[in-house]
Amino acid sequence: MRSIMSICSVLSVLLSTLLSSYALSRDGIQVVGSSTVYPFSTVVAERYGRSSGSLTPTIESTGSGGGMKLFCSGIGVNHPDITNSSRRMKKSEFKRCMENGVEEIIEVHIGYDGIVIANALGATELNISRKDLFLALAEMVPTEKEGELIENPYTSWKEVNSDLPDLEIEVLGPPPTSGTRDAFAELGLEGGCKTFDWIAKLKKSDKNSYKRVCHTIREDGRYIEAGENDNLIVQKLNANPDALGIFGFSFLDQNADKVKASKIESIDPTFDSIADKSYSISRPLYFYVKKAHVGVVPGIQGFLREFTSERAWGEDGYLADKGMIPLPEEERFLAAKNTRSLIAMTGKEPLQ
Amino acid sequence: MSKDNRALIKQSLKRRNRAERNFQWFGKLGVALGLAAVVLLFVDIISKGSGAFRATYIQLEIEYDPEAIGILNVNDTEEFIFANWQNLAKKSLRDLFPEVAKRGERRKLNNLVSEGTGFDFRDQLTQNPSLWGTKETLWILADDDIDTYYKSWLDDDPFSARLTSEQIKWIDQLHSKGLIALKFNTKFFERGDSREPEQAGIKGALIGSFFTLILTLLMSFPMGVTAAIYLEEFAPKNKWTDLIEVNINNLAAVPSIIFGLLGLAIFINFFGIPRSIPVLGAIVLALMTLPTIIITSRAAIKSVPPSIREAALGVGASKFQTTLHHVLPLSLPGMLTGAIIGMARALGETAPLLMIGMVAFIVDIPGGFTDPATVLPVQIFLWIDSPERAFVEKTSAAIIILLSFLMGMNFVAVYLRKRLERRW
Repeated sequence: MRSIMSICSVLSVLLSTLLSSYALSRDGIQVVGSSTVYPFSTVVAERYGRSSGSLTPTIESTGSGGGMKLFCSGIGVNHPDITNSSRRMKKSEFKRCMENGVEEIIEVHIGYDGIVIANALGATELNISRKDLFLALAEMVPTEKEGELIENPYTSWKEVNSDLPDLEIEVLGPPPTSGTRDAFAELGLEGGCKTFDWIAKLKKSDKNSYKRVCHTIREDGRYIEAGENDNLIVQKLNANPDALGIFGFSFLDQNADKVKASKIESIDPTFDSIADKSYSISRPLYFYVKKAHVGVVPGIQGFLREFTSERAWGEDGYLADKGMIPLPEEERFLAAKNTRSLIAMTGKEPLQ
Repeated sequence: MSKDNRALIKQSLKRRNRAERNFQWFGKLGVALGLAAVVLLFVDIISKGSGAFRATYIQLEIEYDPEAIGILNVNDTEEFIFANWQNLAKKSLRDLFPEVAKRGERRKLNNLVSEGTGFDFRDQLTQNPSLWGTKETLWILADDDIDTYYKSWLDDDPFSARLTSEQIKWIDQLHSKGLIALKFNTKFFERGDSREPEQAGIKGALIGSFFTLILTLLMSFPMGVTAAIYLEEFAPKNKWTDLIEVNINNLAAVPSIIFGLLGLAIFINFFGIPRSIPVLGAIVLALMTLPTIIITSRAAIKSVPPSIREAALGVGASKFQTTLHHVLPLSLPGMLTGAIIGMARALGETAPLLMIGMVAFIVDIPGGFTDPATVLPVQIFLWIDSPERAFVEKTSAAIIILLSFLMGMNFVAVYLRKRLERRW
């Protein structure tokens, strides 16, 4: 019994130290947000930590939306300092931040990520347009008659576009919780959806049904949700040469011996084509910093300096090695300058 | 009549024997399938993961020349921060391949060694300044792409997509001179997480798991055992205790993510405990394992024969003394089993930790219960999701470590149980 008593007393001491510790300040930077930016943010954090000798920032991958929610919940050491995002901050999120006292936000545009449609190395090479993607993967597709939508009848790529081979439609892609899926729907499907004039007009008159038509992916088993793990998609493509897979450019880069990318509108996804936006399915990557935390949580300025240095995000920088597509030189220099002088968002940016 | 009966029995005997044989076959089949699954799992994991315990090293002659890396005064550690430490390795590589002159090619050449090498030099020279000006022949860790290529090349199935033809040529030359080799990967056991696969280690997660589990055990075991003793030996049997019992049983079946949400809502948002620390993880995991421990402890107390209690009461012991001196020691082995089942579950849990920020990229090795930390299963989850090829074997290696940790824990529990067990 004495041992149990002593354990209990140890326990109570622990609990009391714990309750007193929450008042203490935090020493390390906390970063949350997008799983797409995570691999880049972590590299910078690690380099910064090792070269400066200070604590390495802690980085959580919560998804862009989840990160914004945590980020905008308030000022103080219990809230994260930085959030990563694979899309720009939304108007509603900006408002939420303002309401909770997060008034000065520094926006940093760090580069681009391409989304690729790939298949196994030995399989037929495809040249797909965004319209083909939309017709093959949307839940409802338009018919010849204007204004009419029917349930997607296509089973083979040849039915979608007679130039494509007679291949069963079978696409492995990320689930709805993923930012990659959002970006694919927005850039790939919507891009093809807009080519139908009457649907494009719908955008002005009835935004909700426009979004429903353009962003809803079919659920009859032709689009297979493969989980958040992109490595798994690569493995499955190898097992099934008829299938196509959707994932980020960095995975293509690392698995060049196993899979190859399809051309989108005759353009191959490469570093250059994504950076100059000639490859159509690419998205911007951002992170957001609370200005109020600069100087309170040690190291934020050093971390920003490391992230915006040429050796990190430059054309030959280590982030490019990890598969991030850098900004054009001029934009990059301007962004670096603005970030280092801590210029906050004004609220006049064209947010959605 | 009796002959008829015998015939009947004989007839049915055949059928009954067959039924028994079938049952035994089914049992054997079940055991065989289970064993096959375990063997398959182990063979797969060990064959994939064993590579991670060895890493590719390149032998280089390093000259500790302060001028080459931009240090004017070797006693001024301020200068160490901005010095170009990687240059020490780069210079040595250039000396090894003097014919490489073009800028782009030199970059490729520099990429042969790990990007973290410079930091190792810095740490070494900070500790031991007498090395300045000397020369040393060292085995330097190679970059992960080189490591993956070299290992696959040794297995006659080269993966060369990430390398240029020059780099492959250089590796060939190094190999023929015996300057490149596989050696035991010490980094894997010495370092925390990293985004460079060759620099990534398991130590951070291992220590994090250790801190979290120790606290979990300290919180849940005493509380669980006292609750079980009270409910079993002292509490009156009425509607209230029935209700509590039902609730405890229900709690044991609650999905673990719910406990994570509870941790987020109460401990982070209400009490303001910082995210990502072992204390918080331990509180959540302790809440999760508590019902398991209470239920198994109650079963262990129930299995103590009443005669022991009666004998103790008969010689004049109080109820408290009876429980403490006789019932508790006899039921302790069973309680330990329950604790181990609970701890094993806590060790493998990632879902509740997701909500409280322990699923995070954390490089620094935690030094205490309130430093940001992650745990072994989370490390596996993070590595399996990484794009770099070299993380595949790291993942399997981390699974091996997790299984060894689990077996170590079980071994201690079995040993304790054997020592405490008493037969009557």
